[in-house]
Amino acid sequence: MENLLNLFVKSIFVDNMIFAYFLGMCSYLAVSKNVKTALGLGTAVTFVLLVTVPVNYLLNNYVLKANVLVDGVDLSFLSLILFIAVIAAIVQLVEMVVERFAPALYASLGIFLPLIAVNCAIMGASLFMQQRGFANVGEATVYAFGSGLGWMFAIVVFAAIREKMAYCDVPKPLRGLGISFIMVGLMAIAFMCFSGLKLS
Amino acid sequence: MGLFSKQNKEAFTTPLLNNNPVTVQVLGICSALAVTAQLGPALVMGISVTIIVALSNVVISLLRNTIPNRIRIIVQLVVVAALVTIVSLILKAFVYDVSVQLSVYVGLIITNCILMGRLEAFAMANKPWASLLDGLGNGFGYASILVIVAFFRELLGSGSLLGYQVIPESVYELGYLNNGLMILPPMALILLGCIIWVQRAKNPEL
Repeated sequence: MENLLNLFVKSIFVDNMIFAYFLGMCSYLAVSKNVKTALGLGTAVTFVLLVTVPVNYLLNNYVLKANVLVDGVDLSFLSLILFIAVIAAIVQLVEMVVERFAPALYASLGIFLPLIAVNCAIMGASLFMQQRGFANVGEATVYAFGSGLGWMFAIVVFAAIREKMAYCDVPKPLRGLGISFIMVGLMAIAFMCFSGLKLS
Repeated sequence: MGLFSKQNKEAFTTPLLNNNPVTVQVLGICSALAVTAQLGPALVMGISVTIIVALSNVVISLLRNTIPNRIRIIVQLVVVAALVTIVSLILKAFVYDVSVQLSVYVGLIITNCILMGRLEAFAMANKPWASLLDGLGNGFGYASILVIVAFFRELLGSGSLLGYQVIPESVYELGYLNNGLMILPPMALILLGCIIWVQRAKNPEL
């Protein structure tokens, strides 16, 4: 239990998807103009992560690894294709559910919902899961949930700062993209104070 | 339409500067930042992405009339994933050390927005040759930003380039210190912000 809690806190603050690995930067920069949309996208990413990582974990451990499906067969070279196919299918599903039950959210997320399929954070979490070799599906799920929350936290905070930025007098060439990057950089430096954080 | 008509040339040259995928279109930021602590991996990454963008552009452009519109994203993803798998196996076979350093970011080329962006915006509507040039242009545009960022990070952070020490020992004896912050992730973001600043200051229309 302590182990899981540790993993959870670590994946939110220390191994933050945005600040430590730059995963999902494209939609991070594009959909962070106001807090509400950012919150919507953050929720969508967390949800998709929560579903895809465990599914990919099971696939990885019971189909792809050497000698698990058939003795002497190692299918791990297929992992990239299989992971992305699972992610694309689940995103399609989420898109249909959101369109049906939350049309307002669907309208405000617009193009970025289908783009979650190519959000590096989603694929990245699956690849990190494979690389780190979690012991069981519970750990993988906790990791996915923590990473999703960390991502959501990052985008909501960033969107809030950006809303305030609108009132600031930034040098003209730096406006928009330039200052956003520098801001994320400063936020990442602030997040570095969490490194080494451990619950025990 | 000739092989090097004006239009084709533009498809190749605009992404290098005025329509650079990283600094202007804001695509493919994730990997652009993560692999730039040293020049070597950044070069390998830039070349891999260039090859994959160019080839996937050609493949999708050849298939563009046969792909049903509704499932095009899946088709594109599968084509890209197959190419990325091939490249990652090649990297593992020939430059193992670099592929370990790049770790998950090779696999993440699949979700690099430059690929999907170019496939959607260009390859689905253009002939294979023009698509190849567009892919190469965007790949080089991406690689050039990677190399610039990596150059400064490695030079200021470790005092070396491509692993060779370039700042002489005598400078260190005078009290010069490497800037350790340069190697850490946040500086990549700030450097990229500065590059965008310079570019926009020179070219106010962007």
